[in-house]
Amino acid sequence: MAADTRRESDVSRESDAGRGSTGGGSASEAASHSLGPVSLPAASRFRPLLGLLVPAALVVGWHLVVATGTIAAYQLPTPVRVAETLYGMGASGELWGHVAVTLRRVALGAGLGIAVGTVFGTATGLSRTASDLLDPLLQSLKNIPSLAWVPLFLLWFGIGETAKVLLIAVGAFFPVYLNLSTGIAAVDEELLEVAAVYDLGRVESLRRVVFPAALPSLLVGIRGGVGLAWMFVVAAELIAASQGVGFLLSDGRTLARPDIIVASILLFAFLGNCSDVAVKEVRDRVVGR
Amino acid sequence: MSSGADPVLAVDGLRKRYDDTVALDGVDLAVADGEFVAVVGPSGCGKSTLLRVLSGLEARFEGRVTVDGTDVRAGGSDDVGMVFQEPRLLDWADVRENVAVGLPADVDPASPAARDRVGDLIETVGLDGFADSHPGELSGGMAQRVSLARGLAYDPSVLLLDEPFSALDRLTKADQQDHLLDVWEQRGTTVVLVTHDVEEAVYLADRVVVLAGQPGTVASVVDVDVERPRERADPDLVALRREVTDALGR
Repeated sequence: MAADTRRESDVSRESDAGRGSTGGGSASEAASHSLGPVSLPAASRFRPLLGLLVPAALVVGWHLVVATGTIAAYQLPTPVRVAETLYGMGASGELWGHVAVTLRRVALGAGLGIAVGTVFGTATGLSRTASDLLDPLLQSLKNIPSLAWVPLFLLWFGIGETAKVLLIAVGAFFPVYLNLSTGIAAVDEELLEVAAVYDLGRVESLRRVVFPAALPSLLVGIRGGVGLAWMFVVAAELIAASQGVGFLLSDGRTLARPDIIVASILLFAFLGNCSDVAVKEVRDRVVGR
Repeated sequence: MSSGADPVLAVDGLRKRYDDTVALDGVDLAVADGEFVAVVGPSGCGKSTLLRVLSGLEARFEGRVTVDGTDVRAGGSDDVGMVFQEPRLLDWADVRENVAVGLPADVDPASPAARDRVGDLIETVGLDGFADSHPGELSGGMAQRVSLARGLAYDPSVLLLDEPFSALDRLTKADQQDHLLDVWEQRGTTVVLVTHDVEEAVYLADRVVVLAGQPGTVASVVDVDVERPRERADPDLVALRREVTDALGR
């Protein structure tokens, strides 16, 4: 036992040493730092903030066109007004109810769509017969615009949560299905031969070769699916909802409150971005090992 | 052909066709236990096809191909390990996991015994310290050695090697050849090596089988009765090299 642990630690030490010598990246980086002007590292640290410059300028421009009366305030409120509205709704607690309802719909719908998309994508990716049976149909269904489903789903499921969650699931399904199906079918034939030569068997070669090889495709699909889930939740909530950020949006129009409309749009942008960043982070962790 | 006892690997009248093209015709070959056989031939003579048949990757052929007396189509290929021309490693898995792919089905890769076995093999192919590295972090020669370790993990009756050193530079290639000889001598595995490199074949093998023609067939068999360890520049080897080259019709 003792001998074993000793060998283990030797191994890990050597592997560290190996990485150091083959990498060399850190060494050259350090060299460039010492050669360059002192201000360089500081400048590169602030580089991501450059992306905020243009939006900030837009907000300033937005404020100016409204404040000078170029655009009437009843059509476009000032940024400050939008911020006040958001703050007011947040303080009264009204906002959180809408956000929670929308988040719940997106989470349920995207989860359902991703689950079903994974099942169908796996089936058609693995089986030629399943692909011949299902793929032509699914390929044509994916071209139906999200709004076209709304009346049918309302008719079938009423105006309750079911219709909305299912509509969002339809949106999230397609990217997952398409990417996973292609990803599994495209697993390198050479690796499958390795699995065959070493007699891994059906289950083991799926677990150890096919699924890991298709995982990046699945994650690309999930990212696209979550993006579409946000599009579909707007479609669902604009038309038949009494709660949710999409409802706020249409309510703002009914009440002639452009500040609420703009605030809702910004909320969608913020929430959609957060979920996208989260999915991308998961993908980078899993794939970029 | 083989020395005395039943051959581990026997090929009788093998004929392999791809649609209209006959790749191999009338190939006979017998390899004895522990023997190192090299198969040489020009491009397109069916060398790789022969290995694919032996490893069970090609189920359709005529003739009889057995490993330890069992037809390769009836489970005989289970006793065969193969090192492909490219390393064919799983990019997402570390070296340890890649080698473990070769473990026989009845061995649980998570068991301490299996871990030791994989660790020993990684050491055997000279990659100690790289068990946790990923293929992307390895050089071509190192990746090919992982592939060799994977083949050895399988503990096959016959280890097939399909031009495993062809993509390596000259110096690395010489190292890897000596390395393969060490492993072969230590483990006593039966080896069939396919190569287009006559020098490599004569230096490594007990016997060189020359495949030629289209469809490919055994043109000649050259015994390499030179004691090991061998010198690459040994005049006997040089003479045999010429003999093999002549048999290739070059």
